[in-house]
Amino acid sequence: MYAVPPDPYLPEPAVVVRRRRETPDVWTLELRTASEDFSFQPGQFNMLYAFGVGEVPISLSGSPDRRGVAVHTVRAVGAVTTALAQLRPGTVVGVRGPFGTSWPLAEAEGRDLLVVAGGIGLAPLRPVLYHALTRRERYGRVAVLYGARTPQDLLYRAELGRWRSRLDVQVEVTVDRADHEWRGNVGVVTTLLPRASVDPGETVAFVCGPEVMMRYAVAGLERLGVPRESIYVSVERNMKCALGLCGHCQWGPYFVCRQGPVFRYGDVEGLLRVREL
Amino acid sequence: MKSLEELLAEHPFFRGMKEEHIRLFAGCASNVRFDAGAFLFREGEPADRFFLLRHGRVALEVQIPGRGSAVIQTLGEGDVVGWSWVVPPYRWTFDGRAVELVRAWSFDAVCIRTKAEQDPSLGYELLKRLLPVVVERLQATRLQLLDVYGEGKLGVRSPA
Amino acid sequence: MNTSEAVLPASALGQLFASLHRRGYTVVGPTVRDGAIVYEPIRSAEELPVGVTDEQSPGGYRLRSREDGAYFGYAVGPHSWKKFLYPPEQRLWRAERADHGFELQPEPLPTERYAFLGVRACELVALAVHDKVFLQGPVQDSSYRARRAGAFVVAVQCGQAGGTCFCVSMGTGPRCEAGYDLALTEILDGEHRFYVEVGSPEGAEVLGELPGRPAVEEDRRAADGAVARAAQQMGRRLEAEGVRELLLRNLEHPRWDEVAARCLSCGNCTLVCPTCFCSTVEDSTDLRGNLAERRRRWDSCFTLDFSYLHGGAVRNTTRSRYRQWLVHKLATWWDQFGTSGCVGCGRCITWCPVGIDLTEEVAAIRSADRREKQEEWDEVP
Repeated sequence: MYAVPPDPYLPEPAVVVRRRRETPDVWTLELRTASEDFSFQPGQFNMLYAFGVGEVPISLSGSPDRRGVAVHTVRAVGAVTTALAQLRPGTVVGVRGPFGTSWPLAEAEGRDLLVVAGGIGLAPLRPVLYHALTRRERYGRVAVLYGARTPQDLLYRAELGRWRSRLDVQVEVTVDRADHEWRGNVGVVTTLLPRASVDPGETVAFVCGPEVMMRYAVAGLERLGVPRESIYVSVERNMKCALGLCGHCQWGPYFVCRQGPVFRYGDVEGLLRVREL
Repeated sequence: MKSLEELLAEHPFFRGMKEEHIRLFAGCASNVRFDAGAFLFREGEPADRFFLLRHGRVALEVQIPGRGSAVIQTLGEGDVVGWSWVVPPYRWTFDGRAVELVRAWSFDAVCIRTKAEQDPSLGYELLKRLLPVVVERLQATRLQLLDVYGEGKLGVRSPA
Repeated sequence: MNTSEAVLPASALGQLFASLHRRGYTVVGPTVRDGAIVYEPIRSAEELPVGVTDEQSPGGYRLRSREDGAYFGYAVGPHSWKKFLYPPEQRLWRAERADHGFELQPEPLPTERYAFLGVRACELVALAVHDKVFLQGPVQDSSYRARRAGAFVVAVQCGQAGGTCFCVSMGTGPRCEAGYDLALTEILDGEHRFYVEVGSPEGAEVLGELPGRPAVEEDRRAADGAVARAAQQMGRRLEAEGVRELLLRNLEHPRWDEVAARCLSCGNCTLVCPTCFCSTVEDSTDLRGNLAERRRRWDSCFTLDFSYLHGGAVRNTTRSRYRQWLVHKLATWWDQFGTSGCVGCGRCITWCPVGIDLTEEVAAIRSADRREKQEEWDEVP
């Protein structure tokens, strides 16, 4: 195909195999990667290139057990993401990656696993659930708390239903505002925290969502008694190269593309409190 | 079989409360049950009681002409429902509807208010526990208002 | 002849060009253009700023003539050597639409070999800083490596301090210690000559082709004296001791508001700084949409776009952007690369249109250090 030396700036081709609309502005793309060995760790991301338009970082949101496949949930907010979200099966995109740090699943083995997701933050956490639920016996209690803006903005509805029907996972969903048809919870995701059936002292929590939501969720987790060394967050910053060279993703001393996006809360607690860092 | 006082004493809301105060609360309490869809209270009605949910969820709703009912927040097991009974004019400000089967303790507001007037320490113990609930609800509501999952209004929009 | 040092008459400087040209180098050095001393490819010693000196101050730069015909009688100008090793704009690859998607054409590695003539001590440190950034991290820049490996460095020991530099307090000069192939110290008393030090085998070879004579004690004394004079003249200092911790515990210091009221967020400082390395990536196509390319371009953390994140910039105020630049330069650079990002060259002070002086900013924060708000950051794991 391309007999070029591995240059981290060069994208590799991937074919869009499937495309599904999750919400009015969110699509999930399934890509077949150039290499059948492509694999990733939950929490990592790829740089996706829409020919001629540009490149953006998108979390991998599929099963980490499937090789040669990259699943990405894309929210169409700008030129590149809109172009990506509209790609038909058969189109080729450029992929660089995977990049970044991952959710420390090994640390959660033998303990309770609590996943707290807000909005599109569920996308980088879905691989965690795929991984944990196919090895269920390795974990204690597993609970998922998921909040979205409205019922129309909920991602992966079929999957949430499937998980909920399992007896060994607790799934709680809430929305910020609802219509009269919604039979579920209304309120921010932090209101679900006291309802999580986990032992806080023995829990590892993975939190992902808008930074404001993560700050309050972490505060809520600490109030419950989850130690800050056991809380992990996924941080987002502007990225251009994903290699730790362009400088855009700096957050205090860290390059989010390299030492993140997953951070232990205890390591970054001070950074989260500084305005406009 | 535990007595109502023993059960109340185990509940986080009453933790650390003196036995005599718990007894006073128990004296104003009764067990109640609401089927799914039933209203616990409606906006404008006299707020003559408050609830401690033991099972099930309650949706706080408001009726908007042309839009029907809108849920403000969902409360669940362990939550306190209702504080309008503390503040004049003692009227409910929202509808409370059982989303599913609800079992709760219902506390008679007049009963508690009267006892609190006679024994201010009872009143203080009550407010000490009620205020954190109000604070938490307010914080959650403020977060809801921020609409954090929206487009994001972080600051100056710039072309990118 | 002793191959580690020699003395070269000033008139023979031109032969250095010849020797370098014979070896296939493009000589890049200081020359006067548009009222400033810039770095450009030059073909002969006559193109150097002979008999020119600079007057630098916060927000001020002016060239003046000097009587002694010195070849290197000035400090550093708006350019740094990063312009050649890490070009302001560079294509990364091209791609053409094809049936199976697109066909990528990566850029070939650069082959031009530069000889840098006139590299000051602070600039040698800056080169080492960029070597750390581009060559010693988990990802390396292959085009930087190619250009760097091919570069020949002729350093110049400063004989006078610039108006804004502070290398002494940063421990980065004025003496060039290592990292050069040849180092020249211009001696103006008595015979106009250069004291030459050899820093590498190739440097020795080049020196061997020049009409030098052995150095005597008087030459060494004159050379040392020139450098010592430069050190003494330095009027500015940055109190570098503990500056990382100082800045990290004062992230909400009122001084940031004060400097933000003056800062225009123009980004000049990042353009002239020899260690700034931030870049951006631009994707474009031709009109028909069949040919695409990606270019890398210098970028500045002072632009509003730099930290853009769906909806707005994270660093929305000038205050936060100035803080980001200074805290990165003097504090978090240590966490990332184990050195300071500042080499004390003074360019940011000279070329700031409003004359912001980072040594003054640091001193102001130090004098009102908010010790009660200790928030130590952990070392990056």
